[in-house]
Amino acid sequence: MNGDAPHIEYIGVRKRYDRSNWVVSDLDLSVERGEFLTLLGPSGSGKTTCLMMLAGFEAPSAGEIRIKGAPVDGLPPDKRGIGVVFQNYALFPHMTVGGNLAFPLEVRGMAATERRERVERALALVRMEGFGDRRPGQLSGGQQQRIAIARALVFEPDLVLMDEPLGALDRRLREELQYEIRRIQRQLGVTVVYVTHDQQEAMAMSDRVAVFRAGRIEQVAAPEVLYEEPQRAFVASFIGENNLLPGRILSINKGVCAVEVDGRQIEAAHIGGLPVGAEALVAIRPERVRITREAGQLANEHEAQVEDISFLGDHLRVRLSLCGTSNFIAKIPNIIGHGGILPGDTVQVGWAALDCRALDVESN
Amino acid sequence: MQLRGPRATAVALTLPLLAFIGLSFVAPLGTLLSKSAYEPNVANILPRTLAALDGWDGDGLPPEAAFASLAEELPKARQERTLVRVAGPVNRLKSGMRRVLTRTARQVEKAEYAGSWRETLIGINPAWQEPDTWLAIQAAGARFTLRHYLQALDLERRPDGGIGLRSEESRIYMPLLWRTLLVSLGVTLLCLAIGYPIAHLIATSPPKRSNLLLLMVLVPFWTSLLVRTTAWIVLLQRQGVINSLLVALGITPDSERLEMIYNMTGTFTAMTHVLLPFMVLPLYSVMRSIPPTHMAAAASLGANPVQGFMRVYLPQTLPGIGAGGLLVFILAIGYYITPALVGGRSGQLISNMIAYHVQTSLNWGLAAALSSILLVAVIGLYLIYSRLIGIDRMRLG
Repeated sequence: MNGDAPHIEYIGVRKRYDRSNWVVSDLDLSVERGEFLTLLGPSGSGKTTCLMMLAGFEAPSAGEIRIKGAPVDGLPPDKRGIGVVFQNYALFPHMTVGGNLAFPLEVRGMAATERRERVERALALVRMEGFGDRRPGQLSGGQQQRIAIARALVFEPDLVLMDEPLGALDRRLREELQYEIRRIQRQLGVTVVYVTHDQQEAMAMSDRVAVFRAGRIEQVAAPEVLYEEPQRAFVASFIGENNLLPGRILSINKGVCAVEVDGRQIEAAHIGGLPVGAEALVAIRPERVRITREAGQLANEHEAQVEDISFLGDHLRVRLSLCGTSNFIAKIPNIIGHGGILPGDTVQVGWAALDCRALDVESN
Repeated sequence: MQLRGPRATAVALTLPLLAFIGLSFVAPLGTLLSKSAYEPNVANILPRTLAALDGWDGDGLPPEAAFASLAEELPKARQERTLVRVAGPVNRLKSGMRRVLTRTARQVEKAEYAGSWRETLIGINPAWQEPDTWLAIQAAGARFTLRHYLQALDLERRPDGGIGLRSEESRIYMPLLWRTLLVSLGVTLLCLAIGYPIAHLIATSPPKRSNLLLLMVLVPFWTSLLVRTTAWIVLLQRQGVINSLLVALGITPDSERLEMIYNMTGTFTAMTHVLLPFMVLPLYSVMRSIPPTHMAAAASLGANPVQGFMRVYLPQTLPGIGAGGLLVFILAIGYYITPALVGGRSGQLISNMIAYHVQTSLNWGLAAALSSILLVAVIGLYLIYSRLIGIDRMRLG
């Protein structure tokens, strides 16, 4: 064991189940101790496979996984000492809640008195004191998930994996448990690798998020970095909302480039070393778009047609025709009203050049 | 309670069902059970003889009235062709009585009256001066009798009136019942040992393979029982496929071909094969409902595969084991055709004996008593099972 090594390292990991399709390809990723890392991606993007390889339920076809610097190839799951929380809880229905929690301690040969103490502590940790004698079937979904979390923690692993643990719960309960999981993770200082397809959940909980797409990692970064500085068009569209306008790079000057979009010129941050003449996607966040009636007040100012306005309480959602699309979205915060803009009006829209990023056009 | 309108219609709709249950289930079962303890034939055919024997305690010869009544009632029964109903039961209590009764009935009309019926009958057949003969008639004349049950349990009534075990060499039914229970238990355990892995494989295979495997279990299930049993005869007999193969390969010499059929081995092999689907199907149904993540969860919690199986998987399959085991055991305990075909002498079970008494010896009372004991054994088992596991948790697939 190496004291300085990251808690988890994926080194060139690849996985396939048949001869043709790589479910995971060329994965390099490391997770620090005490970090909350989320693997985020649409279903079928390989994130769960990554988690299962780490837990030991699947073996990589190539590459190596290390835990605390030591390769874990061939180490069976029961020898890895990793807590796992499954999407459908996987509580054992023939045991009581207390029996479920005591199970990992029993197979480790722990004495009954210490077992009882640990089970009580684990129940207190997830705020389920007094539920020890119930059967899992008598609990609600949220309660079952708390017990599943407690069970994954009761034997005090320093690494816990969670595979879409909140997927089966309704939205309010999900938010409540997101907060709980985060609290418990901070309190215990355990490393968590969390899998979800819900980007809001990933943003709310994680120290870092790894965005998966078709078996590869698109970008690994803290949530705010992912949001503000997406490196790839997929990340820009998957995390939050973005207007993506296809164009061609005309010139580059100190990190800012000019992009021609539908006959207009847009200034944008230059990302990923795209050369002049390359095709690019310009990404602009809807909430960074400003709208005025008079011309000459904004940077990157363009004339646009208002197609539609929806009032959503805290903000207005304005759909505009601009640069060849009739689905350009602007979000106007509901602070000063909307200045009497109506559908059909012609308005000026604009944004700061650095709020707008020119990204590589990917083959989808 | 008044029944009107839709409620009355609803009740009326259940009548065919009730009639069906009554005709197909309650009536035959009730008849069977009553046959084991209620035998009115002798009492109906020889009423006055039995009345005359009423006060007689078996000491010395019965009173003249008994001889006189018998001399009148026997020829009457012969004319009415009901004599056989008397001769059978009496003969079972004292062997040779069938001949004594039929001959006496035939000869008593032509016989010369010797001053008393006592002398006349004894003149026809000296058996009539033995008190045993009359005791047999008296015993057979009881309408309600437990003697079939006593016989089925290998018990007998002692001369002093007490009940005791028969001598060892004449105990037939209890050893047979024990053998039946042991064979059923053995077949059940074999079915479990073979069926559990099969059911697990079917339940955890991808759909295409699991359908194929399920078909392989079901096709024999749909095939005629006789075909399957005779197939085993083809395979296992002395000149059969397996023996010939062993001899051809030089593993066994021609003179020492294995005896795999017409004995207990044959009964075990064929019954296990025939009953296997009844174990596999309930197990499969239960196993399919256990999420695969349970074993993964057990492993992640530190349980090795053996611990995971014993603590997490096996307990969840108990309802299936119970259902399959009960089904196989109950079917095995009453199994008839397969042991009859492949069991030889040593592989016969209690059902074969019941069939013998129904078809050959025509001792329906004893057959009914044996069946009742079997029924009680099955009900007892069912109660134990429902106490232990809970019948509501049983999954029959």
